[in-house]
Amino acid sequence: MPLLELRDIHKTYHLGGETIRALDGVSLDIDSGEFISIIGPSGSGKSTLMHILGCLDTPTSGTINLDGMMIHDASARQLAAIRNKKIGFVFQFFNLLPKLTVRQNVELPMIYSGLSGKERRERAMNSLSSVNMEDRSKHRPSQLSGGQQQRAAIARALVNDPRIIFADEPTGNLDSNTGVLILEMFDKLHQEGRTVMLVTHDPEIAAVTPRRIEIRDGKIANEIDPKLAGEVPKFDQFKDVKSKKLT
Amino acid sequence: MNLGSIIESGFKEIWAHWFRSLLTMFGIILGVASLVTMSSFVKGKENLLKDSLAESGGLERIVVDDNDDLPDYQKHLEDEANGMTLKDVYALQKNAPLVYNVTPVIEKRSYRGSLRVSRKGKRVRYASVKGTWPSLLEIEEHELEHGRVFSDMDDLLANPVCIIGTQIRNDLFGEYDNQGEEIIPIGEKIMINYIPFKIIGMFKQYMSEEDRKKKEEARAAGQTVARRDFRAAYMSGDRQSGTAMRIYSMKNSTVMIPINTLVSKLDSDYDRGSNMDRSLSKVAMNIYDVSTLEKSLQQVRNVLMQTHKGLEDFEFETQEGFAGDINLSIQNERISGMFIAGICLLVGGIGIINIMLSSISERVREIGIRKSIGATNMDVFLQILTESIVIAVAGGLAGIMLSPILVNTLASFADGTTPPVMTAFAMAVAFGFSVITGSLAGLFPAIKAAKLDPIQALRYD
Ligand SMILES: Nc1ncnc2c1ncn2[C@@H]1O[C@H](COP(=O)(O)OP(=O)(O)O)[C@@H](O)[C@H]1O
Ligand SMILES: [Mg+2]
Repeated sequence: MPLLELRDIHKTYHLGGETIRALDGVSLDIDSGEFISIIGPSGSGKSTLMHILGCLDTPTSGTINLDGMMIHDASARQLAAIRNKKIGFVFQFFNLLPKLTVRQNVELPMIYSGLSGKERRERAMNSLSSVNMEDRSKHRPSQLSGGQQQRAAIARALVNDPRIIFADEPTGNLDSNTGVLILEMFDKLHQEGRTVMLVTHDPEIAAVTPRRIEIRDGKIANEIDPKLAGEVPKFDQFKDVKSKKLT
Repeated sequence: MNLGSIIESGFKEIWAHWFRSLLTMFGIILGVASLVTMSSFVKGKENLLKDSLAESGGLERIVVDDNDDLPDYQKHLEDEANGMTLKDVYALQKNAPLVYNVTPVIEKRSYRGSLRVSRKGKRVRYASVKGTWPSLLEIEEHELEHGRVFSDMDDLLANPVCIIGTQIRNDLFGEYDNQGEEIIPIGEKIMINYIPFKIIGMFKQYMSEEDRKKKEEARAAGQTVARRDFRAAYMSGDRQSGTAMRIYSMKNSTVMIPINTLVSKLDSDYDRGSNMDRSLSKVAMNIYDVSTLEKSLQQVRNVLMQTHKGLEDFEFETQEGFAGDINLSIQNERISGMFIAGICLLVGGIGIINIMLSSISERVREIGIRKSIGATNMDVFLQILTESIVIAVAGGLAGIMLSPILVNTLASFADGTTPPVMTAFAMAVAFGFSVITGSLAGLFPAIKAAKLDPIQALRYD
């Protein structure tokens, strides 16, 4: 059974009599351990899809099964618990709390899952060292570079050992070299067996992942899936991106 | 999210904006401080008034006075009205079972000129000489501290003996001797209208609890305190406290002697008929039970109407009016104090609402982030509520700490009147109000924050 199973997802907004179909019948299966990118032009519905998959939002219609749970009609409380335990978010603007230190930021999800202070500290430091940020644990976000902030955000997303990680334009606010480092980091997570979904408008970034889903006007317009096509994952493309950006 | 980390993050948030928080707290600080201060002053006054009420015989005391002013329909009988006499006393003893300790009193006061209490050239400024029976001690709540009470035999033989109040001692002997020991002049002679009287007893010193405490503290520190004067209270406009303090002062200026001694030795104006016809200043008595006051008064009236042949030349004096006045004025002061404190707390509460709302709009993104990593609506609600309670509680504690300063400062301005009494209860109530204010003020902002849509919040760039 797939980790995520979407069936005919619709999301409509009503703006002054006008109906906006942000998602218009999306069906999709995602298996555990996949590395996927969602690609499409601005306004195509990528973020909306990610928010619904990430339990930040609920669909207007359609069903979603995440890890055996039907989340499309779950209560706000249940959704909060799922976000806390099963999902990690990485955002374009890092979204660290500026008043807290890096370590305190990484501890935040565990505060909401009710872990003791000692355990929180240990796990936060482990998570920080997995992104090579343990020596920045006492810094405030404002004292860090963009790349370091994004690594701290990744550490925070990982700290509760989620089933899936969503990253919405994670390199959108970084220079290209740093962006490549962050992408490498996601690739490494994928190698370790985690499920990662990248959301981007940039085909070059999307090229990093084996499976790519293109969205247009709220519908899946195109999909490259190595499983279906029997295609070999094109890591060479990733290498291309890397070499291109570095030079 | 557990309470500890909620409170911790509440403190962090407030500390991050400590100046703003301090300004916000100001209303709460003032509200709590004024609540505690107001109640200390009201409590001080209440204690004084209640003590003095008990000190003057409490509600169980009835006094029957002469009344020269006959009702209109009896005006033509004025000559036959000869006031209260011992006959009335015996009639009441026999025929009014609802009262006891029926006691005659003839009172002479020094400031009316007819009386002089002196010793070796020193004269008492003010004295009230009461010729009476020993039962008056119980009625007027006198306590003998030294010596003895005069006996029936003293009365029968009209012995020149007296019991004095401490103010009489102070005026004639001084309060302390050279060694700092209290002077107890039992066995000494004093002159009342140039007739020698032997002091056989002395009452304890009557003073309000507050004054007693002050005096003891001062004595322990080897100092003396200036005697507070009821006149100061009158002059500062506090009539009731003045009245209350006058009760203590007058009690301390009492000289009590057997009634027969007074009639036979001090009555120059009385043409020595039967003692039974000597008109009394008043007849005092106790009732067994305060709840039977009305019935008892009626019974006494019935008996006296008989002995006075239907002439209403007497009137009753009870403490009920005084007690009622006390409760009313205490209540009024309490209400007006609560009103002021309530307004301060209201203003403080609105300040908190305001600051929390602006804090939320600054922190839309923070709230979105917290929700995206698993904070429930309840977590966010509690976080904001806790922050507002923490502000209010901090303000409340500061207010409580400020209140002794405020109370002492105000008390020093109003020297000579009722000293305030701070109670832990008042502080607890004021603190409770600050917590309630904080919770109520936090409610609306907390609900608003909890309802924030995380997606909208995260879009906030
Ligand atoms: N809260 C909303 N109200 C109205 N329209 C919205 C709202 N959120 C998103 N949309 C619309 O839905 C569409 C998809 O938006 P989004 O998922 O953010 O696109 P993308 O992330 O691909 O740029 C856009 O047309 C956007 O204007
Ligand atoms: Mg987007």
